[in-house]
Amino acid sequence: MQQRGRGRIAYPYIIWMAIFIVVPLILILFYSFTEGDIHNLKDLKFSVSSYKKVLEPIYLKVIGNSFVLAGISTLICLIIGYPVAMIIANTDVKHRNLLLMLFLVPIWMNFLLRTYAWMSLLSPNGLINRLLLWLGLPKIEIMPGKTAVLLGMVYNFLPFMVLPIYTVLSKIDKHVIEAANDLGGNSVITFIRVILPLSVPGIVSGITMVFLPAVSTFVISGLLGGGKTPLIGDLIEQQFLSSRDWHFGSSLSIILMIMILISMAVMSRIDKSPPEEERRKI
Amino acid sequence: MQKAVKRIYMSIVFLFLYAPIIVLIVFSFNKSKSRGQWGGFTFDWYFDLFKDRQIREALYFTLLIAVISTLVSTIVGTIAALGISNMSKIGRTVVLNINNLPVLNPDIVTGVALMTLFISTRIELGFVTMLIAHIVFSIPYVILAVLPKIRQMNKHTAEAALDLGATPAYAMRKVIIPEIMPGIISGALIAFTLSIDDFVISFFTAGTSVTNLSILVYSMARRGVKPTINALSTLMFTTVLILMLIINKKTDKGEDIII
Repeated sequence: MQQRGRGRIAYPYIIWMAIFIVVPLILILFYSFTEGDIHNLKDLKFSVSSYKKVLEPIYLKVIGNSFVLAGISTLICLIIGYPVAMIIANTDVKHRNLLLMLFLVPIWMNFLLRTYAWMSLLSPNGLINRLLLWLGLPKIEIMPGKTAVLLGMVYNFLPFMVLPIYTVLSKIDKHVIEAANDLGGNSVITFIRVILPLSVPGIVSGITMVFLPAVSTFVISGLLGGGKTPLIGDLIEQQFLSSRDWHFGSSLSIILMIMILISMAVMSRIDKSPPEEERRKI
Repeated sequence: MQKAVKRIYMSIVFLFLYAPIIVLIVFSFNKSKSRGQWGGFTFDWYFDLFKDRQIREALYFTLLIAVISTLVSTIVGTIAALGISNMSKIGRTVVLNINNLPVLNPDIVTGVALMTLFISTRIELGFVTMLIAHIVFSIPYVILAVLPKIRQMNKHTAEAALDLGATPAYAMRKVIIPEIMPGIISGALIAFTLSIDDFVISFFTAGTSVTNLSILVYSMARRGVKPTINALSTLMFTTVLILMLIINKKTDKGEDIII
């Protein structure tokens, strides 16, 4: 009785959740399946026309672009980040915290300021080009463009890849690695057969933590892409803020959510597979 | 040899991470307005910053919203977490899954969904809507920080307090709250940082009457370059850096809280 009574103190928050988490998402779902004047609820009619619009080649290309760019940047983060995580995890305890701190300090700077900083570095008359000019090398003109967007994504989300991998790597029992070495595994074999499989959970959460913000961003593409490479985030932003087509914007949001849910389900399957394999071996 | 390779690799990565920040800081003292040219040392941009009413206002709203939303979400989140931990298993699973939605959903979806709600119900976008939005996305993190502490807590301690004649309110204040305090504090810290740092959700829920620093930086960066942004970034960065160093030093002895 006492116990159940205390559960009741969560009710106000449950009502809050219903109003501010559930209802807004239902509204988005509702607008995605209707057409007509959004300010006149009676006028709205059921329709799948906004989903049909998503399937038009220009928009499909934008969605494809977002997934490709987010995928490539996730891959680059993994390739750059894994060795970083390994190096930090293998440093002696005294220096490890310092290294980790140094790595985390940049993310304490506001996300927009970091992206803005790259704008000033990469602009046609920016510092990098002045440096290249001074060295007698040709100018690089990647901003605005895809390469600059990729660079911005890798720069902003790299720590999200390194942290989870580092956490997993630092928890691996050193004796396991020693045992692998004693049993004749050289460092490459030990890495492939022991360290890498053990770090899969870290890799999986790293991939999710980089891919999610990358695929839905509109800030990076807006500032560094200069509107040349619109992503699904830019499309959604436009529908809600400038062209006011809520129906189309809602369908895009629903599609983004579904695609993210699917990719997360796939990732959590990969995450769960190693223990199952182990069980089968036993 | 291997050590040298590691050193070089880490140096390149750190150069990549710090180059833009260092450039921003250096150029905040640059006399020339151009981003590529050094025109001599100056503090002008910092003075301009304090004279700029827009920036002062944005700073005010950023801090005000961060403080209020942290307070509200910490209190509501803690109470909710205490209630959730006493719910039946099915109820708990449902509530926690809904609670996780703002954490898992992309910010842009949370932002447009809230904006749709406000506009559909004819609530004018502004300070209040932005504040509500910040509370909406902060509470889930507070709950996620507090719940594990409640689970670790020995249930019998609270029961013992009640058996010994403490009223439920007294037991809550003297036994339960102190026990879960570390969770509450880290929840509050997360809520505060998220609020200060948020751009996407504020952008959709603030309307045109209020701006926070992130929105201001975004619109400034789109319009063109203003050296005052450099000064602003330098100040913000050093403030956060000092805050984080203090927090880390304080928590060094106990648990590491790294945000």
